[in-house]
Amino acid sequence: MSAVEITEPPAPATRRIGLALSFHRAGVRLGGRWIWRDVDLDVEQGDFVAVVGPNGAGKSTLLKAILGLLPLSSGSVEILGHPASRGNREIGYLPQRRSFDPDLRIRGLDLVRLGLDGSRWGVPLPGVGRRNTTARHRVDEVIELVGATAYARRPVGELSGGEQQRLLIAQALVSRPSILLLDEPLDSLDMGNQQSISALVQDICRTQRVAVLLVVHNVNPLIPYLDRVIYVANGRTAIGSPAEVITSETLSRLYDSPVEVFRTKDGRLVVVGQPDVAHFHADG
Amino acid sequence: MPMADFGGQPTPSLDLWADIQQLLQFHFMQNAFIAGTIVAAVAGLIGYFMVLRGQSFAGHTLSQVGFPGAAGAALVGVTPALGLLVFCVASALGIAALSDGRGRERRAETAAIGSILAFTLAVGFLFASLYGGFVQGVYAFLFGTFSGISDSQVAIVAAVAGVAMTVLICIGRPLFFASVDAEVAAARGVPVRALAVAFLILLGLAVAETAQITGTLLVFALLVAPAATAQQLTAHPGRGMALAVVIALLVTWLGLAIAYFTVYPIGFFVTTLAFAAYLGARAVRWRTRAAGRRATALA
Repeated sequence: MSAVEITEPPAPATRRIGLALSFHRAGVRLGGRWIWRDVDLDVEQGDFVAVVGPNGAGKSTLLKAILGLLPLSSGSVEILGHPASRGNREIGYLPQRRSFDPDLRIRGLDLVRLGLDGSRWGVPLPGVGRRNTTARHRVDEVIELVGATAYARRPVGELSGGEQQRLLIAQALVSRPSILLLDEPLDSLDMGNQQSISALVQDICRTQRVAVLLVVHNVNPLIPYLDRVIYVANGRTAIGSPAEVITSETLSRLYDSPVEVFRTKDGRLVVVGQPDVAHFHADG
Repeated sequence: MPMADFGGQPTPSLDLWADIQQLLQFHFMQNAFIAGTIVAAVAGLIGYFMVLRGQSFAGHTLSQVGFPGAAGAALVGVTPALGLLVFCVASALGIAALSDGRGRERRAETAAIGSILAFTLAVGFLFASLYGGFVQGVYAFLFGTFSGISDSQVAIVAAVAGVAMTVLICIGRPLFFASVDAEVAAARGVPVRALAVAFLILLGLAVAETAQITGTLLVFALLVAPAATAQQLTAHPGRGMALAVVIALLVTWLGLAIAYFTVYPIGFFVTTLAFAAYLGARAVRWRTRAAGRRATALA
């Protein structure tokens, strides 16, 4: 072997300390169609970010690219400074719209525990070992955190949508991830549960220092708490504070056609004139 | 099963110890108990995962495939146990190949399974007619027997069970994750698709084992009923698996004992006992849920 001096390449200018994730000119092509391309996004650690946009715009695809489940067709995604890869324990994930079969006879507790060591080979030995005790404490702790202690020992199939959602958030959180990806966690819930789950997610983001990316249909109730909004539409994305992104200028540029944003008396944002959707999803 | 060869129909003395001694006095009954115990343990455990994954139909088909397997083996003159194994594992691979294997695509899986089911039954029927005059043998393949389990069959059962259990222990936890929550498991790096294929092969092995005691038509007695009963009674995974094994063992031992002391086939007793356990568990759960609703209504 000849002695070759290896020098570290200079860090790209965009990489800052404390960046949770960073898209650089990223694009995903599925079935010959670009879902989105030339996406540049930076999310800081501990940020609370809503991902909004019309149905089919590629919001879930964005999350799947972060998870390493979908390969990028161009550009790059970095998670905490490393390329996205499948099975990253730094990411907690709650997929879109899941309700469990009413006949699934597994306790909520078991579901949460799977988030901790479910991907490990072998079988857990019942009730022995220090690792097992530590794991059980962690599971109890995170169930307490999401306020699910009262029903964590009941079969998940018998629980309500809101109760299942809390346990799934606990499952995503249990391995102490730095990033939490929640795909429409509020979708199938009634108003009361929507509010309490949003409050829970905000609280987790602040107290656990987790960067949260939350895909939502109605961004209005969340606006006071959000650090950033990612708007996905028309194969492109925009990121910034809600006041920067949900404006007539930004959205018109995104859609390449005139879009108007109005602010109602009670501070809600209403978007009018999107070309490809009849109903606007940032609206209540 | 008539016991004429052994000097008339044995009768129980109602003295438990004496009856157990009487049960185990013949070598063929010792073999039946050893094989039955191994089979029940394997069927209880694999059955737990099968019920959890909602793959009972796949299990049903694999068990029917055992029939042409055993009949084909008889036709070419090898031991039926080998035919069962080869056909069940091959069909497991066939189901895996024809269906996507992921939870969401169960629709494609049931269609693939149904097609395999019809075809293999037809092949079994052909083998049976080609062989001709082995109605008694067909009967044993379909409904089970315990009088003819040889030492070498016990050895095969033990070896296959050892392999199946070793694999299950290695993949147990990720398989459980993938069975309950495939999407999150995949995001966590669990090879969901490969585990689905591995599990179908394990199911094929378990079915081939079980069919040797209960017959291919009644495999469900040990594969579904104990696991389904256990899941009705507890939502705790560890206890559920243990309970499924215990129920399968009790049902097998009792079935063997009753079949020994009567003239009726073992498959009937094992199945009836398992079905009774399942009905009982449903009744218990129905009562606790009704009580729970009353308590909630009062609160």
